[in-house]
Amino acid sequence: MRAILTVVGKDTVGIMAKIASLCSTHNVNIVDINQTVMQDLFCMIMLCDIDKIKTDFNSFSDAAAELGEKDNLSIHVMHEDIFNSMHKI
Amino acid sequence: MLNTKDILETISMIQDENLDIRTVTMGISLLDCIDSDIDAACNKVYDKIVRYAHNLVPVCNQIEKEYGIPIINKRISVTPIAMLASACQTSNIVKFAHTLEKAAMTVGVNFIGGYSALVQKGFSNGDYALIESIPEALATTDHVCSSVNIGSTKAGINMDAVKMMGKAIKKAAELTADRDCIGAAKLVVFCNAPEDNPFMAGAFHGVGEADCVINVGVSGPGVVRAALSKLDKSANITEVADLIKRTAFKITRMGQLVAKEASSRLCVPFGIVDLSLAPTPAIGDSVAHILEEMGLEQCGCCGTTAALALLNDAVKKGGVMASSHVGGLSGAFIPVTEDAGMIDAARSGCLILEKLEAMTAVCSVGLDMINIPGDTPAEVISAIIADEAAIGMVNSKTTAVRLIPAIGKKIGDELSFGGLLGGGPVMRVNTGSPEIFINRGGRLPAPLQSLKN
Repeated sequence: MRAILTVVGKDTVGIMAKIASLCSTHNVNIVDINQTVMQDLFCMIMLCDIDKIKTDFNSFSDAAAELGEKDNLSIHVMHEDIFNSMHKI
Repeated sequence: MLNTKDILETISMIQDENLDIRTVTMGISLLDCIDSDIDAACNKVYDKIVRYAHNLVPVCNQIEKEYGIPIINKRISVTPIAMLASACQTSNIVKFAHTLEKAAMTVGVNFIGGYSALVQKGFSNGDYALIESIPEALATTDHVCSSVNIGSTKAGINMDAVKMMGKAIKKAAELTADRDCIGAAKLVVFCNAPEDNPFMAGAFHGVGEADCVINVGVSGPGVVRAALSKLDKSANITEVADLIKRTAFKITRMGQLVAKEASSRLCVPFGIVDLSLAPTPAIGDSVAHILEEMGLEQCGCCGTTAALALLNDAVKKGGVMASSHVGGLSGAFIPVTEDAGMIDAARSGCLILEKLEAMTAVCSVGLDMINIPGDTPAEVISAIIADEAAIGMVNSKTTAVRLIPAIGKKIGDELSFGGLLGGGPVMRVNTGSPEIFINRGGRLPAPLQSLKN
């Protein structure tokens, strides 16, 4: 299964490093990254392969949300299909 | 990879515009639980519901987590209980309501619907017993919802049932007067009731349905309003309709995805997606605000019926292509106490009962969640039901009445139910007496299906 991880928030040093480290800890493979900084708002979208995840999906998603709260970022992990179904016919 | 703009749009719909799945409703047939002994029947009912639905809430919670889309309600609808009651050799059938309540508590659902009777053409013994027991059943349970179908385009309107339901609504409110008359908020009277409706209080599992199905109701008035707010004020009505269609398509695709996923994880066939725009009392989740965004000063002013007709039609047109099976009520809901914009309009006097009645001719339900003075006579309530049913019968559409007589309160006082049911002011009702008309009873003949004008 592939998931989309989105990060939106104030741009600071080390956001990418923290997210990448989170993925690596859970054995989540990063497939693709798309990132922009609009004014000083950091906006990143990451496509991840979570087939070989070490823990379950819920704990990965909770850990991401927790990381977001700590650093004042909005982080969401959602199944890829929700975007596919809404935007592709 | 997906377009960044699309991904952020979906997230903003969920985070900022209250997009959610309003309900995943499991329909369960209880026809195989019929027994002449009410205790045996109740045991079978409880066992079957728990056996089929024990995984419903955990599976929905998991889908919610994985897809990041809130599923607000998990519900169950069952075969109209009057059918089971007909076989029982007892006239007190409240035990069925208590069994449904116990089963709902065990599996953890928000509501269970189907304490219902279909009496559009006439009554069986079970139908009488059920209608008589509705006020007590609703007063002694928290999760059970009740509905009665009193008319249809094919059968006409059962005026004896109309008379009985006026009294039942009033009694349901009286028995729960200490809890803001909530009993009446769980009771709806239908004309042309759909058999696969996932929304409460009117959900029941029709006899033509499979043994068990998953039906999903989508929501999203906030998303439609937000989309319209970005449209230029000089855009013409065709552009407005097109934008609503596009938005409804996206909302429904998400409903279809959740329905498919829930159905496969629960190993239960997928029934339908109900394409309804269901408001909540939360700010930014109002159907009235969509109408206002189209250019009305306040919901209820002249132009409201036309704007609602456009909205209702565009929601259906956009949604139909997004789902493989569409059903239920499908359209825009206008429950007064559940919609922040309608509550404001009712308080200011811009929205009145007569205008709401006109609006029901072009939208998907009827006079829904309207607080009326507690001293309104039962005959007047019956006459409102008859009027509303006539609109549904003649126009071959579903109409419904869910009125809450506010016992001990006057026009302008407020009732508060909390949660999704919201709260709002008591509205004025025309109190001219229809007593003789209602007391005649009998059957109002079905309309012609040709010579339509």
